[in-house]
Amino acid sequence: MSELILQVQDVHTYYGHIHALKGISMDIRQGEIVTLLGSNGAGKSTTLSSIAGIVHPAKGTILLEGTDITRMKCSEITKRGIGISPEGREVFPRLTVAENLLAGAYTRRDKKEIAGSLEEVYALFPRLKERTKQMAGTLSGGEQQMLAIGRALMCKPKLLLLDEPSLGLAPNLVELIFELIVRINKTGITILLIEQNANMALQIADQGFVLETGTITLSGEARQLRTNDAIRRAYLGK
Amino acid sequence: MLSQQIFNGLILGCIYALLAVGYSLVFGILRLLNMSHGAVYTAGAFMGLLGASYLHMGAVPTILFAMLLTGAVNVCINRAVLQPLREQGAANITMLISVTGVSYIIQNTLMLVFGSQKLPFPKVFDFGSFRVGGVLVTSIQVMIVLVTVVLLGALGLITKHTRTGLAMRCISQNPKASNMVGIDVRWIISFTFIVSGICAAIAGYMVSGYYQLVYFTMGTTAGLKAFAAAVLGGIGILSGSVVGGILIGLCEALATVVFGGEYSEATAYVILFLVLLIKPSGLFGKDDVDEKV
Repeated sequence: MSELILQVQDVHTYYGHIHALKGISMDIRQGEIVTLLGSNGAGKSTTLSSIAGIVHPAKGTILLEGTDITRMKCSEITKRGIGISPEGREVFPRLTVAENLLAGAYTRRDKKEIAGSLEEVYALFPRLKERTKQMAGTLSGGEQQMLAIGRALMCKPKLLLLDEPSLGLAPNLVELIFELIVRINKTGITILLIEQNANMALQIADQGFVLETGTITLSGEARQLRTNDAIRRAYLGK
Repeated sequence: MLSQQIFNGLILGCIYALLAVGYSLVFGILRLLNMSHGAVYTAGAFMGLLGASYLHMGAVPTILFAMLLTGAVNVCINRAVLQPLREQGAANITMLISVTGVSYIIQNTLMLVFGSQKLPFPKVFDFGSFRVGGVLVTSIQVMIVLVTVVLLGALGLITKHTRTGLAMRCISQNPKASNMVGIDVRWIISFTFIVSGICAAIAGYMVSGYYQLVYFTMGTTAGLKAFAAAVLGGIGILSGSVVGGILIGLCEALATVVFGGEYSEATAYVILFLVLLIKPSGLFGKDDVDEKV
């Protein structure tokens, strides 16, 4: 069994008075694709936000390669190698595609290395390369999604957090996005994926966690989860 | 006579431009009308007075001294007043009222320290004058134009071509995503306040040297006129604010010729009124400027 890249230990997170995460624990192994399933409001996005330092847990610890990152600022966590492609894409609408990607590399200093990463992202998403000077706000939904993932890759992440990357996309684009996720994973980047398309997520994932109202109710190898009756009923439509 | 007035208007316009840019910088990044900006400009003028008349420093050290202190005042406004409000999720109107309050605190502090009478300001950059055509040009006027061009040019380069400038543009478009890509949003906002304070200090110093006069209410009208300039150009757009500032300066000068000095004071407000009536987003503003795509 390979090394653990991320350990989430008994994390409690509040949004105002709402107790969004009620003691979450997850171990994520280096190099895997891990998917987080659950219905709306179960706390999936809050889990990603807690890991990325966008919100800070009230209790519990999050370790990245053994280092405690629970109370670190978002910028510090990005620098240490966690990139996030948020729900709703959140690109910078009046910056060009290239500027959006460069913003993703904000925490890095070496211009040569950044240029290298830019080429890698363009190789992965040729559609973006054709549109480097175009304003991100004028891109199609699928292109904006690629841009959001590309921007997250620009911080040279060890762990990539993807929040609903296929939301609102046409079926052929959904397949393309999933293919790209697998390709990114093959370059050695560990992936934590939130998906409403549980079927496809479990097909590419190694491990899965099921979240219900702020607690993890089920976890295991993705292969086993696919055949689990409760999962099939709740998320796979039998 | 007319060409002289136009030239004087241009000089005044440079000052409005420097101040309008301060409004635009802060508005661009926080969507906040920083109504304390006029008072900060007054503070800049008094810091100049402190350096030149009380501490007997030369022109360049005085400007640097004023820039430093005024930048610091602006950062304090952000850190002590705006940042706590922002992080509590306070409404924009709350912040607007707070900065208006801050402007009174600054003004009255200056009055308590320096008194309420108009104080003489030493001549600065006084190397005589010359004539171009029929227009009398003094050395301070040349300096005002030069400093404005250099400062605004530098600002344009910073926002368009540096990492910090990119971060400023990111925050103005999507603060949430800016945080996610690892931009230190707090620091960039502080930086914006430093730059806007520096612009105000330079404007304050130059105006005081130009009229050789400082007084604690000098920022009230100048601040409002510069605000009109920023709105005219399209608030949040730096180049628009520069054009707006110069246009207001020129219009004011022409109004002096046509209607006389008493009425020219109203020029900026008439323009503000017309802009809000005809094209509220300003000359360079897009009407969908706040729409998220």
